[in-house]
Amino acid sequence: MAYSDKVIDHYTNPRNVGTLDKSSHKVGTGLVGAPECGDVMRLQIEVDDNNVITDAKFKTFGCGSAIASSSLATEWLKGKSIDDAMAIDNMDIVEELALPPVKIHCSVLAEDAIKAAINDYRVKNGLAPIETEKSHH
Amino acid sequence: MDFPIYLDNNATTPLDPRVLEAMLPYFNSKFGNAASRNHAFGWAAEEGVDYAREQVAKLIGANEKEIIFTSGATESDNLAIKGVFEMYKDKGNHVITTITEHKAVLDTCKHIEKLGARVTYLGVKEDGLVDLAELEAAMTPETILVSIMYGNNEIGVIQPIKEISAIAHKHGALFMTDATQAVGKIPVDVNADGIDLLAMTAHKMYGPKGVGALYVRRKGPRVKVTAQMDGGGHERGMRSGTLNVPGIVGFGKACELCYNEMESEAARLSAMRDRLQRELTVLEESYVNGNVEHRLPHVANISFKYVEGEGLMMAMKDLAVSSGSACTSASLEPSYVLKSLGLSDDLAHSSIRFGLGRFTTDEEIDHAIAVTKHSVTHLRELSPLWEMFKEGIDLDSIEWAEH
Repeated sequence: MAYSDKVIDHYTNPRNVGTLDKSSHKVGTGLVGAPECGDVMRLQIEVDDNNVITDAKFKTFGCGSAIASSSLATEWLKGKSIDDAMAIDNMDIVEELALPPVKIHCSVLAEDAIKAAINDYRVKNGLAPIETEKSHH
Repeated sequence: MDFPIYLDNNATTPLDPRVLEAMLPYFNSKFGNAASRNHAFGWAAEEGVDYAREQVAKLIGANEKEIIFTSGATESDNLAIKGVFEMYKDKGNHVITTITEHKAVLDTCKHIEKLGARVTYLGVKEDGLVDLAELEAAMTPETILVSIMYGNNEIGVIQPIKEISAIAHKHGALFMTDATQAVGKIPVDVNADGIDLLAMTAHKMYGPKGVGALYVRRKGPRVKVTAQMDGGGHERGMRSGTLNVPGIVGFGKACELCYNEMESEAARLSAMRDRLQRELTVLEESYVNGNVEHRLPHVANISFKYVEGEGLMMAMKDLAVSSGSACTSASLEPSYVLKSLGLSDDLAHSSIRFGLGRFTTDEEIDHAIAVTKHSVTHLRELSPLWEMFKEGIDLDSIEWAEH
């Protein structure tokens, strides 16, 4: 199975690897996946007073496509409003990285991680979590 | 050094140039059909096959009349299991095997189950070895066949073949072994080991693909299998089909080379393998899978915890290895062999199989060690699980969302 150039690029030079202070009320953390399934993503966002994402970091245990999906997600999140971030669809990631069908679950996981991070941020700040349609694993 | 470095010799081996040289005339001037008894073309081909049959037989301590050429180990496994089941059905319908066998054995057993066989799939101990007491307890008067592999393809563990065959024979059953990974690498002797049927293939021992053999014992007892391929009655009626003469000649040459070089080669390979293993298990949280004493000389299967196997292989693009990770299989399930050792799924996902071979050099092993260490360390920096482990968080205490 050959990887697309974009997957290789993100895998080789992952953007925004790291850890934000998860105790800060400005930071939302999403931890999705499971070790026994072979992929776990942790995605964190830092949000300013205008509901704009100023920083995003990730760490991922998984295959190359999972690492690339989360790296791309952090790139897209920076500078977006929460509302725009909420609208990121896994199929956007599939398209951008040219993921083959067996790797679509990596993009779903990245979308889940984004939504989980946003909801963690909302709950921390006294807002109700946004109901998301149960993703299609 | 050429890249990528080939360390997947349990999947297949490169053709030895000496084997290719032996094969070439049989693609050109000696193109005859070995079954053509009435002219020189046929005789030349037959002579090549006869010689190869002796070379193959010698490697496993058999008589050349006991060698049935096939298309490879998968066909040999099919012929042995289905053939014994059909031939001995008046005697019984019970077959015993293990859950760590190759799919060629497991799926053949599933097939005969549909035809009325009862199959016992024995588990293995944590080190991958069969529990002999469990085998003994599973034997019944209906047991016609015990089929247990010689050396495992994923972890390389060598089963106690002599003890297993003795148990099978004590209870009146035949003993068959899939010796695909063992033959040519370690001494295998059908008489000393008490083997009645043995499956082997050329391409795991520096021979060509598409040719293999089934050893079928002729004396004490005389074993018979029902043919699974009907036609011209080749191979003593057990496997019809025009013989793959160049392939068989190459197989024979490959066996001869293994016979002559096995002792020095096994010592060279195990020294390199042990060095690789020693260096890589210096890394924190890395574990060798399977028994390390009873093991083929050229294999090491190592799990690097908190790193996923496919991702790791992508980082180690200079190395051609394989992984028990689900992501590398069509089924999206991690290796059933590793799981049967009681390994948790996450460790199975984190495994890499290093398979050394005749053309592996010390220099390549040095590079493999450096690349693997670097890649594991790099991916752990990216791994949230590694960070949590380092913070002392018990990963089992987290409620993971299954997906």
